[in-house]
Amino acid sequence: MIKLTLRNLFARKIRLLMSGLAIVLGVAFLSGVLVFSNGLSSTFDGIIYGSTPDGVVRAEDSASFEATPAATDAVITPDQLAELAALPEVERADGDVVGFGMSLLAEDGTVVGGTGAPTLAFNYHDAPNIEGEKILELVDGEWPTAADQIVLDEAAAENGGYEIGDDVGLLAPFGDPERSATLTGIAEFNGGGTAGATLLLFDTEGAQQIFLGGKDVFNQVTLTAAPGVSQSELADAADAVAPDGFEAVTGDEVAEESQDAIGQFLDVISTFLLVFAIIAVIVGGFIIVNTFSILVAQRSRELALLRALGASRRQVVRSVLLEAFVLSVLASTVGIALGLLLARGLAAVFRSVGLDIAGSALTLDVGAVVTSYVVGIAVTMVAAYLPARRAGQVSPVAAMRADITPARGSLRRRIIIGSLLLAIGAGVAITGVVGAPGSDAAWIGVGAVIWILTVAAIASVVGHPVLVACRAFFGRLFGTTGRLAGENALRDPRRTGATASALMIGMALVSTIGVLAASLNTSLDDVVDEQFTADFLVQNTTFTPFSTSIGDELAAVDGVDVVSRQQWASTQFEGDPLFVSGLDQEFDRIYDLTEVEGSSVVADDKAVVTDEFATSHDFEVGSPLSLTLPGGKSLDLEIGGIVEPSEVISMVNVSLDALEGAGIQRQDNAISILAADGADLDAVGEALDDAAAATPTVAVYDKEEFADSIRDQVNQLLFMIYGLLALAIVIAVIGIINTLGLSVIERTREIGLLRAIGMNRPKLRRMITLESVAIAVLGAVLGMALGLIIGVLLRESLKEDLTSLGLPLTQLVVFLVIAVVVGVLAAVIPAIRASRLNVLEAISTE
Amino acid sequence: MTSAPASPPHVAARAVDLRKTYGTGGATVHALAGVSLELEAGRFTAIMGPSGSGKSTLMHCLAALDTPSAGEVEVDGTELSRLKDKALTQLRRERIGFVFQAFNLIPTLTAQENILLPLNLAGKKPDQAWFDTVVDTVGLRDRLGHRPNQMSGGQQQRVACARALVSKPSIVFADEPTGNLDSTSGAEVLSFLRRSVDEFGQTIVMVTHDAVAASYCDRVVFLADGKVVDEFRDPDRDQILEHMTALQTLAAAAGSPGDEV
Repeated sequence: MIKLTLRNLFARKIRLLMSGLAIVLGVAFLSGVLVFSNGLSSTFDGIIYGSTPDGVVRAEDSASFEATPAATDAVITPDQLAELAALPEVERADGDVVGFGMSLLAEDGTVVGGTGAPTLAFNYHDAPNIEGEKILELVDGEWPTAADQIVLDEAAAENGGYEIGDDVGLLAPFGDPERSATLTGIAEFNGGGTAGATLLLFDTEGAQQIFLGGKDVFNQVTLTAAPGVSQSELADAADAVAPDGFEAVTGDEVAEESQDAIGQFLDVISTFLLVFAIIAVIVGGFIIVNTFSILVAQRSRELALLRALGASRRQVVRSVLLEAFVLSVLASTVGIALGLLLARGLAAVFRSVGLDIAGSALTLDVGAVVTSYVVGIAVTMVAAYLPARRAGQVSPVAAMRADITPARGSLRRRIIIGSLLLAIGAGVAITGVVGAPGSDAAWIGVGAVIWILTVAAIASVVGHPVLVACRAFFGRLFGTTGRLAGENALRDPRRTGATASALMIGMALVSTIGVLAASLNTSLDDVVDEQFTADFLVQNTTFTPFSTSIGDELAAVDGVDVVSRQQWASTQFEGDPLFVSGLDQEFDRIYDLTEVEGSSVVADDKAVVTDEFATSHDFEVGSPLSLTLPGGKSLDLEIGGIVEPSEVISMVNVSLDALEGAGIQRQDNAISILAADGADLDAVGEALDDAAAATPTVAVYDKEEFADSIRDQVNQLLFMIYGLLALAIVIAVIGIINTLGLSVIERTREIGLLRAIGMNRPKLRRMITLESVAIAVLGAVLGMALGLIIGVLLRESLKEDLTSLGLPLTQLVVFLVIAVVVGVLAAVIPAIRASRLNVLEAISTE
Repeated sequence: MTSAPASPPHVAARAVDLRKTYGTGGATVHALAGVSLELEAGRFTAIMGPSGSGKSTLMHCLAALDTPSAGEVEVDGTELSRLKDKALTQLRRERIGFVFQAFNLIPTLTAQENILLPLNLAGKKPDQAWFDTVVDTVGLRDRLGHRPNQMSGGQQQRVACARALVSKPSIVFADEPTGNLDSTSGAEVLSFLRRSVDEFGQTIVMVTHDAVAASYCDRVVFLADGKVVDEFRDPDRDQILEHMTALQTLAAAAGSPGDEV
């Protein structure tokens, strides 16, 4: 029996290849994502461990890699540094000047790095890392030794177009934004590369001038343990003498914090990619079900013969499952190998957006291999089970019959169960919308999954009208050929339905996302119109803070009436991180916040919070509010007003004075500008652009540009998702090729007859192409219908953010066109094969 | 076709020294070893012969379904050897009708659609009067909307016959049209073919090994070992049976020259 199975398998090489390909692609995507994720974390691990010293003295509560680092006035003096260095546990103590918000300008004045990986600026010293090795490695030139010298990483120098000896343009976040320094060398992290980050290394004096107002102080200390002293002994000793507001932590702790912080970010990327890998695997599963069903149907006479010769039902089932198993092992192996290549492709894509992953980090580990095999084999076996069971049900008598029509159970049971499941799915989704506990979107998501799977299972029934329409349409357009193609697509509704389902899944997801994106686009206009009442908005393209001097220049532009500045700060509230907006006194003149209680104007110690925040913490006007800031300082405020939430404010808003009073250095994160009455907005906009031109990181947006800038970001994400879903569609195409190929073989005699009575080759090819198009259109129509429903429901549940519904009509038309193209492409090979069939052989095939 | 007819109109199809070989070297099989034959218009001709005599191959070559290794085939005055696939397809569509042993209809189409298929493929309007005549002759008026799986084998074969006739072909080839039918249904089909020769002047060539079927014909051509060995005009059943038995004995003694294709 095993021998027979294997012989069967290899006798149908093409079939094997095609159904195997679906698994190969699914597994390749999965293993590629796993390898890539591993590479991602090992790249960062290398840098984190390579750049962390034995111990660090830093401002309290300032965990590394903060989302929005803010400069504080908490500093360490050289005396305090000397005290630390004098400790017996300390081999050496090096003062650090860590700066934020610095940008590197390329020779042509554009910003290097941009929105991708961060730009890290600090002073160079040669303190060793945990392993006792150098933290930074000099690749070329020399380390900076004077205040006006700088060292860059290789990619930054290259992208900026700088060579050693050149004057490098910089943008500082404080004081005079424009700076320059002479490039003296090229360096990289000891771990290798920079993962795409831009490194700006100054000598200590230079860094102090830029970041600490030229005072001879430091904002962090790197500690190296004396021989035989453990990290915790070092940290304990240092903690005892650390200045007020500072804490000493071990290198391991710092590395762990960094890993946690980066891990969250990396997890998002990995999970995101993994979701698409899972979708690809599921779509692949559908194709396996279909291929095996057809193979079993075609072989039913052979299987019946086996049964008649005494094979038990179980033996027949097992032989089909064994076939599936061998196929899945082979395909998974190829898929895993292909995954390595795919991981490199992903790395190249991420490199282009500024996240550089070393090729050497992209290796297969045991976990990835095992997971890929398990998933590949399990999905194939599960998918092959139903057809295998059907194979077992072939009656021995079937072997004797001349014409075999595989037993077709009634579709009624499917319809009943399907409708029931659709109703359940609708119920779940409605429960979510009506207001069941938990996230509405999650309820709808569960309903959507039930729907997609159900529609996939009953595509043969719900898709019938679509196919009938296709038949009529093709018939009108292409006459008998079209009519025949339509009939062929309708002939085995299960097969057509199952094939279309694979495409449907991809299309449903694409359309859902399309609806959400379109809604976001229309909502954006609403929000921008209603809430962004300023004429102009000024922001850094990287959302990092910028020097207040820019605001001063903008305020001097003719036609500018009101300039309101905002600064963002990370604080802690009751132990949890809380993002706070600092607003100036002009804010109230531009933005009209809806007061729920009290005043919407922030004052010295009066904070304004949203009603949401107030309710969840039981606050009312007059309640005290205490926030903790880095460096151990605290901000003690009173709630002065409660307002409705708006996109222009945070949950908690304080005055700029309060932030500055708590030691946060004054910078701006955003500036809102109102033009004077009667001023020509275009002219003012141009004047503002000119005023900000010296600082290319800072952009002046009018309302429309602001909406566009957000839209661009959304579209970027959208295209990335479309790109990833394209793989699911490629797999679906393979499914169509497979089904058509098998149908052509099944209908060999019919095709021969058609040729004999006068159908020429082009018409025959057209017939098969049209059948393929019918399948693809069915998948697209079902998918888009589902996607629209799901998208509209999801929009409903996100009504607060997506205020108006947008339907991506153009995109839907494009999807339909893509489906037709997909159909045409999928038919190429089967159509050529069919038209090359020898007429004589075709009609004499027994 | 613009070329003038190369043969007198009373010949519907002609084979001249037709040869067909399969395989090479020692494994060479001569399915046709030099067949010359003229098929007259307006006649019902049977081609008979034991298994492996080459009768199916001959029909396939005459019907432009297969290409001979050597020799000439002429259908309705057109020399086939010079035609490419496109022209051959057109010739089949317009001037040749087919009735096969089994699997004769497109299962997704109704009887009427099946009958009109060749005309539709050619993009021609059916002649309604002729269509009615043919349909009434085969007695399928009340079955036109049925699909093949809703009809009996005999009915299906009559639909196939109607399809072969509706495009008014110069010649109809029937390959064992009664092979899959019981004797009653077979008789219906054969008498319909006979009537279409008598009443409409249709030319029909039928390959069969059934003496009863051959007895409906005007002429029976016997094939053995790829050659025409004999022929009868207006045969009767016993005559044919006797001759077939003799041929089969001969073939058995000589060893079969090749497989039936």
